[in-house]
Amino acid sequence: MTLAADRDEAGELVVPEGYVKLTIDGLEVIAPQGELIIRTAERLGLQIPRFCDHPLLDPAGACRQCLVEVEMGGRPMPKPQASCTVPVADGMVVRTQHTSAVADKAQQGVMELLLINHPLDCPICDKGGECPLQNQAMSNGRADSRFVDTKRTFPKPLAISSQVLLDRERCVLCQRCTRFSSEIAGDPFIELLERGAGQQIGTSATAEIATDDASRTTEGKPFQSYFSGNTIQICPVGALTSAAYRFRSRPFDLVSTPSICEGCSSGCAERVDTRRGKIMRKLAGNDPQVNEEWICDKGRFAFPYVSAADRVLRPQMRNPKTGNLEDTSWTEALQVASRGLLEARERGVGVLVGGRSTVEDTYAYSKFARIALGTNDIDFRARAHSNEELDFLTSRVLGGIPEGGVTFAGIEAAPAALCVALEPEEESPIVFLRLRKAARKKSTRVFHLASWTSPAVTKTFGTLLPAVPGEEPRELDHLEADVREALSAPGAVLLVGERAAEVPGLLSAVGRLSDTTGAKIAWIPRRAGERGALETGAVPTLLPGGRSVTDAAARAELESAWGLRSGQLPAERGRDTGEMLRAAADGELAGLVVGGVDPDDLPDPALATEALRQAGFVVSLELRRSAVTEHADVVLPVAAAPEKDGSFYNWEGRHRPFDVALHRSDGTMLPDCRVLDTLAIEMDADLFTQTPTAAADDLRRIGRGRPATVSTPDQPAAPTPTRNRANQAVLATWRELLDGGSLQVEEPHLAGTARDQYVRMSANTAREVGLGQGQLATLSSDVDGDGAIRLPVEIADLPDGVVWAPARSEAGRLHRDLGVAHGSLVVIRGGGSEA
Amino acid sequence: MTDKLTPVLTKRWLSPNSWTLHTYEQLEGYTALPKALRAEPEQLVQLVKDSGLRGRGGAGFPAGVKWGFMPPNEDKPHYLVINADEGEPGTCKDIPLMMADPHSLIEGCVIASYAMRAHHCFIYVRGEVPHCIRRLNAAVREAYQAGYLGTNILGSGFDLDIVVHAGAGAYICGEETALLDSLEGRRGQPRLKPPFPAAAGLYGQPTTVNNVETIASVPYIVNGGSDWFRGMGTEKSPGPKIFSISGHVEKPGQYEAPLGTTLRELLELAGGMKDGIPLKFWTPGGSSTPLFTAEHLDVPLDFEGAAEAGSMLGTTALQIFNETVSVPWAVMKWTQFYEHESCGKCTPCREGTYWLAQILERMVDGRGTEEDIDTLLDVCDNVLGRSFCALGDGAVSPITSGIKYFKDEFLALCEQNRARNSEPALAGAGS
Repeated sequence: MTLAADRDEAGELVVPEGYVKLTIDGLEVIAPQGELIIRTAERLGLQIPRFCDHPLLDPAGACRQCLVEVEMGGRPMPKPQASCTVPVADGMVVRTQHTSAVADKAQQGVMELLLINHPLDCPICDKGGECPLQNQAMSNGRADSRFVDTKRTFPKPLAISSQVLLDRERCVLCQRCTRFSSEIAGDPFIELLERGAGQQIGTSATAEIATDDASRTTEGKPFQSYFSGNTIQICPVGALTSAAYRFRSRPFDLVSTPSICEGCSSGCAERVDTRRGKIMRKLAGNDPQVNEEWICDKGRFAFPYVSAADRVLRPQMRNPKTGNLEDTSWTEALQVASRGLLEARERGVGVLVGGRSTVEDTYAYSKFARIALGTNDIDFRARAHSNEELDFLTSRVLGGIPEGGVTFAGIEAAPAALCVALEPEEESPIVFLRLRKAARKKSTRVFHLASWTSPAVTKTFGTLLPAVPGEEPRELDHLEADVREALSAPGAVLLVGERAAEVPGLLSAVGRLSDTTGAKIAWIPRRAGERGALETGAVPTLLPGGRSVTDAAARAELESAWGLRSGQLPAERGRDTGEMLRAAADGELAGLVVGGVDPDDLPDPALATEALRQAGFVVSLELRRSAVTEHADVVLPVAAAPEKDGSFYNWEGRHRPFDVALHRSDGTMLPDCRVLDTLAIEMDADLFTQTPTAAADDLRRIGRGRPATVSTPDQPAAPTPTRNRANQAVLATWRELLDGGSLQVEEPHLAGTARDQYVRMSANTAREVGLGQGQLATLSSDVDGDGAIRLPVEIADLPDGVVWAPARSEAGRLHRDLGVAHGSLVVIRGGGSEA
Repeated sequence: MTDKLTPVLTKRWLSPNSWTLHTYEQLEGYTALPKALRAEPEQLVQLVKDSGLRGRGGAGFPAGVKWGFMPPNEDKPHYLVINADEGEPGTCKDIPLMMADPHSLIEGCVIASYAMRAHHCFIYVRGEVPHCIRRLNAAVREAYQAGYLGTNILGSGFDLDIVVHAGAGAYICGEETALLDSLEGRRGQPRLKPPFPAAAGLYGQPTTVNNVETIASVPYIVNGGSDWFRGMGTEKSPGPKIFSISGHVEKPGQYEAPLGTTLRELLELAGGMKDGIPLKFWTPGGSSTPLFTAEHLDVPLDFEGAAEAGSMLGTTALQIFNETVSVPWAVMKWTQFYEHESCGKCTPCREGTYWLAQILERMVDGRGTEEDIDTLLDVCDNVLGRSFCALGDGAVSPITSGIKYFKDEFLALCEQNRARNSEPALAGAGS
């Protein structure tokens, strides 16, 4: 496959097995069987112009731009061939536009034809300056057009969705967008409509308004996709543009920085384009091992939070007279924070890290808790959590690296995959894309242990293993023989979401299943920083590098590495998030240091608020005004991910370093590790985390410790709640990708592509409670009848007596408003009028 | 004169109620089927190979060879699909055949399906001919009732179901892979080949797509034998063929004669040119085949003869034009057809036909230039052999051949334009 292939004594290229030898433009080349001519040529440095071809999409041969001359067995093929559709063969002779007048003329001819109906509005087109059509028209087109007649025109732009806009005049009908949607994302309903020169891209919505004679060929269903931004990026012309970026900038005005997405735990490679201190757009980076060339729409479009109006840009402290937060200097803020924490330290200060911090920042939190506060009361889990989970993470996840564990490539190669407490499309979109690819290309059998056949089940060609919430552990222990056998094949994987912690005994059952089938476990949390936080000891039982807090030798090792006196590190297991909040609410903890935590994400938001209120002293390191800053005594502003350097460990355990992408025009924002480092100095402790680089160096220096020995959890499943009243149901829930989460603020175009929100239940359940499809249902708590979340009913294949609702919707949040979670009993009633 | 006719496929057409099972059975109908069902499938494939029967849909691919591409086992379902989407301008043989003698097609379908181990056969009929679809459906019903279709046909243990499917009005669906997509309920656009239909056709399963006339020929070959079939036509293009003569002749219609018959002979059969006005140009096999002129009256109309003379046999749809017809006008009309019917998938055909039609419309309107003729030819060169399927190739045939034989007429149109533009305009007289 290399260009400098081996040659034998006679100087002939040696052809390894599975490879062929061919000649392109007079150059002999070795290529793997099945490679397309266009790619072999590319490896030789011969660029053949193309539009419809994309290495990750199935060949189409539609644009005909890549025509070359091909000779097989000494006989020239009668017509020029589309090099994007023809695989190489032994003895093939290819002549591209560089050596064939026929190919050159064919390419110029196609280019001229592509341009006859193109508006040539490059000066006002977003793509101008980075446009394959523009570039290839220059390199492989005629200097001028002979077309003097009337161009085809269309009204424009058409909204494909709230964030993707279509200019049908610019479109060259390469079908990359429709092929992406049908092949990669599995989201239909963006399609070709009409035919001939009237052919156009459209959706059911655009077909209605397109032209009088436009047909509705898309079943009238809306185009809904979490991946539609990719169609903008792979559009080889300016036909698809994003509402957010449209007409905002020129490519040559942008400063581009390769980066890593902070949106979830996949750690996708992306490119951040900034101009004058503002992010203008994000693009998918090309990382074959992780996200290939795709990112989800949240990763692409959810960046306005960085410049949100309520960003905290200056340190603030509470004015004791007015009780209001007021801007202050760093010096004063740090002094006040230091004083407050030193006082509170006597009784105890807890550290809530949040799940989105970088490795360097969580390390700083971890070290700050141990050295400056002298406590193991630290936890990154700002969500449902349990001791079982901590044992699971310690015994099954901690220290895992891509080389020995499950990876994206491993998912693709797996004969079978089982998703447990993981709704991949909503909670880990790039994992979803790999699962779909695996199922589509490699016939991977995908199983979903869940309550209903969600779109992800269908789009991964998956099999639903239906489970009543709370029953999942028992289901796992009693899988059908066929499923168990599939999962016993070498390479099978278990993909476990963070929601597994909501179900007692589930993670224990996952461990048992892995042990009995040999299937490898991947733990796929939602947030980007969780895996790094585990590795850096931002938990009550572990120190950085996987050392156990109760292991004296490990503590001694770390004390020495950190330059502490012997015995300085706290030796007791600390409090987890829930325990800290209860302790603070009860007045046992005198202070809290809170990173990016939204109390409403916690299982008991009321307790969290009470804890913040009761804690004597609260220091908040925050991006934006929040429910935490409302109660904080000192607010220390910190940098958002694009404003700092650092790294994440993605769910694979892969290290994902990134550089500063955004240099704000209104001042530099400091990363958490720097703020904590300075605060610690005020408290007479040295963290050596002045910069992310310093923190990373320090972390590297201490290395990994003796692995904490925790046996795999073996917790029994909880008894299933029994329904003893009419209108009762067991709640199933998860968070949807686009649900107004804190990273998604101030991006209305993105929010417009969120899924329609429903309460889902079986037809029987709906009948029992007197509801039908589309009618408004009201959910409330079974315990106290509190709260009311109203959403329209959608009939789905849930087990009878189970309802599903989004954890967070415009109608409300289940945790906060009803105090219920996955597995709780809820009451369903009719909500009155039709939705 | 009339001894040139060889009525085989057309022999029942003039019988009363020729389309009924009763008539068909009285006139040797369904006599080939029991013989075929007693043979091994391989023997039937060999018989068709030996007969030299070539595809009657236009391309002339040997039918037996095509059948031989089907896997010799039944690991997957096999399908036979009949291409009855007759839409080529000038072509009008399959629809008359299905109107007059639908059972010959059905009998052929059963034999061919048996030979290719298919248990499902789809007849994809052009959607614009509901009368034909009705008649075909009635015939299929009759055949089921008589036990020629369904399970255990004639006690042979062979099962076959036939579904008559109406197209939705697109010329492209006559292209076999577009037809398969359309039959599957998708947008009718040609598929990338390979895989060819015999490997992955309808629903991804082994499939053979054959023309109506090809399959309707099969029962006669089974009854008459390959030597009988080869007794007609030429060595490389054996058998009888339905020549559809339309246009300026005295008696337009279907004339079944051996392959290799010339237009001169066919014109005699058709009563000569209408009103004696001399022949100017003609198509040998539909509008996608390059034009011929009066010079080509003696070209043998078989696959080789037509190709040697610079055209193609196509569907032997002979459109005859006399001297009253303007070539640029006729070429414009054909080009407008291709522009309307281009499926849009590939650039050369989609954009090329759009452009060519505009140039020709402008020329016919008297606003063309000599450069336009060069542009026409060069755009044709950029479409021919560059498009995804043969639609683009067919679209440029009338233009290139029209200019080849009748460039003077195109130049004359430009001359009018030049004359008009050279007239001195009066100041203020408007444009």
